Amino acid sequence: MTVPSGAARTARRVNTAALPRWVVAAAVVGAVFVVLPLAAMTLRIDWPRFVPLVTSEGARAALLLSLRTSVSATILCVLFGVPLALVLARTSFPGRRLVRSLVLLPLVLPPVVGGIALLYTFGRRGLIGSGLASLGVDVAFSTTAVVLAQAFVALPFLVLSLEGALRTIGTRYEAVGATLGAGRWTVLRRITLPLVLPALVSGAVLSFARALGEFGATLTFAGSLQGTTRTLPLEIYLQRETDPDAAVALSLVLVVVAVVVVGVAHRVRPLGSLDPRRTASPTTPPAAPGRAH
Amino acid sequence: MRLTFAGALPERGFDVAFDLAEGETVAVLGPNGAGKSTLLGLLAGLLAPSEGRATLGGDVLFDVGPGRRVLVEPRRRGVSLLAQEALLFPHLSVLENVAFGPRSRGLSRAESRATASAWLERVGTPELAGRSPGRLSGGQAQRVAIARALATDPALLLLDEPLAALDVTVAPAIRTLLREVLQGRSAVIVTHDALDAFLLADRVLILDGGRVVETGRTTEVLTRPVTAFGARLAGLNLLLGRRTETGFTGSNGLVVPWEGAGREGEEFALAIRPAAVSVARPGGPPAGTVCGAAPGTSRVTATVDDIEHRGDVIRVHAAGMTADLAPADAVAMGVLPGCAVEVSLRHEDAIVYALPAATDAGPAGGRTGDGR
Repeated sequence: MTVPSGAARTARRVNTAALPRWVVAAAVVGAVFVVLPLAAMTLRIDWPRFVPLVTSEGARAALLLSLRTSVSATILCVLFGVPLALVLARTSFPGRRLVRSLVLLPLVLPPVVGGIALLYTFGRRGLIGSGLASLGVDVAFSTTAVVLAQAFVALPFLVLSLEGALRTIGTRYEAVGATLGAGRWTVLRRITLPLVLPALVSGAVLSFARALGEFGATLTFAGSLQGTTRTLPLEIYLQRETDPDAAVALSLVLVVVAVVVVGVAHRVRPLGSLDPRRTASPTTPPAAPGRAH
Repeated sequence: MRLTFAGALPERGFDVAFDLAEGETVAVLGPNGAGKSTLLGLLAGLLAPSEGRATLGGDVLFDVGPGRRVLVEPRRRGVSLLAQEALLFPHLSVLENVAFGPRSRGLSRAESRATASAWLERVGTPELAGRSPGRLSGGQAQRVAIARALATDPALLLLDEPLAALDVTVAPAIRTLLREVLQGRSAVIVTHDALDAFLLADRVLILDGGRVVETGRTTEVLTRPVTAFGARLAGLNLLLGRRTETGFTGSNGLVVPWEGAGREGEEFALAIRPAAVSVARPGGPPAGTVCGAAPGTSRVTATVDDIEHRGDVIRVHAAGMTADLAPADAVAMGVLPGCAVEVSLRHEDAIVYALPAATDAGPAGGRTGDGR
């Protein structure tokens, strides 16, 4: 997304020259492997019908549902992920490492398995779901279920990104704040959170992207009801059977969203800007993550 | 405000006690790992002692022991910390950095900014108020950090090597600023530099292995050191020995006549600047500041242990002492490690004094030496 400066390009050329050629060749194969399918898909797009395809009623409903649920899931991730990251990074208690591994488990868990797990928690006969059902609340196969499934798989992204940032900035600024008379809440609000804001933003963006692409857990736990639980990935999967052109067109929409997300996540400079000496150098303008209160 | 401190942290091998009178500054010196940072951490409230008690003015900072555990939070201690790095909050402007403390202590936004402006004026950087900390030089950042630490009007100021990270061209100006703002303020300054101790502190506390090994007025420690570390700090040779009937005999056999207080057999020490010690090849003419076996000099024969180049002199290590020679003299004499030399000194250049009865008795040991 960013245009490399002249200095950076020179430096990169020097580095590449020092590598064995087969490493470069393998790297090219890897890059082509990623880019080629996207290009192939783009080539298959039926451009004259593109606009009608992506604005059909089913597609619009799916896109709107996807955006709505992904935003909700991201908000949930921020609300609970920030405290979780703070506790994991700033406290020590027996079993902290275990808790950390478990919280990050959805990152590597097959989404279908996550969906099953959610079903047996919030489903009508689930651990909590049976109690909720007796209160007249039915979570499974509702829009709420979509949000829960997305939050479940997206939370680790935010926690991981934020916890790393918290560890990187360390507690020195917070200690200075405390000796200057700031209470815990003031330290958190005026020092810790502004310092990790770039990581918080990029973590939230990654969570949003993960939520937007959620398929397996959603299908298992929320089903595929148009307008209620059929998000864009589900719509694409269904359209593939009936109208492959529509599936390809909608896929491109998701690709564009993904590109934008990656761009935003990279724009937000993660943490390098915190080193006062590095920002002091004239070539790197200091990122201004937080405004003065 | 008056500070009393006694704290132990066995897992770091730390056990230190000292007092600080109101308005006094104490310099804490010692080799790496001596416990200097631990001391600051305990005072600031960033570390908790296993046992001990500290008070500042009438307020308890901590009081930990069997059956009692009072640990006042850092923010309620009235203790400010100025570290080696300025650690200005990178997301706040210079003015907001300095205003942070007053604001956190309940002043209104306008009042804290007014306080901050006044302090920026005081440290000589009012024009930086609107800048971002990332755009300050090291010296500017440290000035702002000083303003920030003092804007809360702390009862005790802790300084952790405040000049160590600064460019040598900037450090003198900051040292002068610190000297001004430390006037009449209780402060503890950790430093590696004897000059800091000399210019900024009324007293010196030397730590080693988590214990106080030497303490006293700065001038006293810098003229009559009792530990090797203190002697190195003061730039002096420290020769340990004993009082004899006629004077002093060093552990290396050097005999110096001396008339003063003290009983025979008591532990004494002799301090002398390396530049005042002369070296000569046996039989040859002496090199250095004195010549001949004139009356009023003492000499001892030894082999050279080591030679090092220091600035514009050659430092010769022999007989447990060091002597600084002009490079040309060292070359002319052909001084090499392992060769035999005569090390001599003039009595009037040396200071002989009694060592404190027990140096590891902690701060209570004090200094008993009354010099010559």
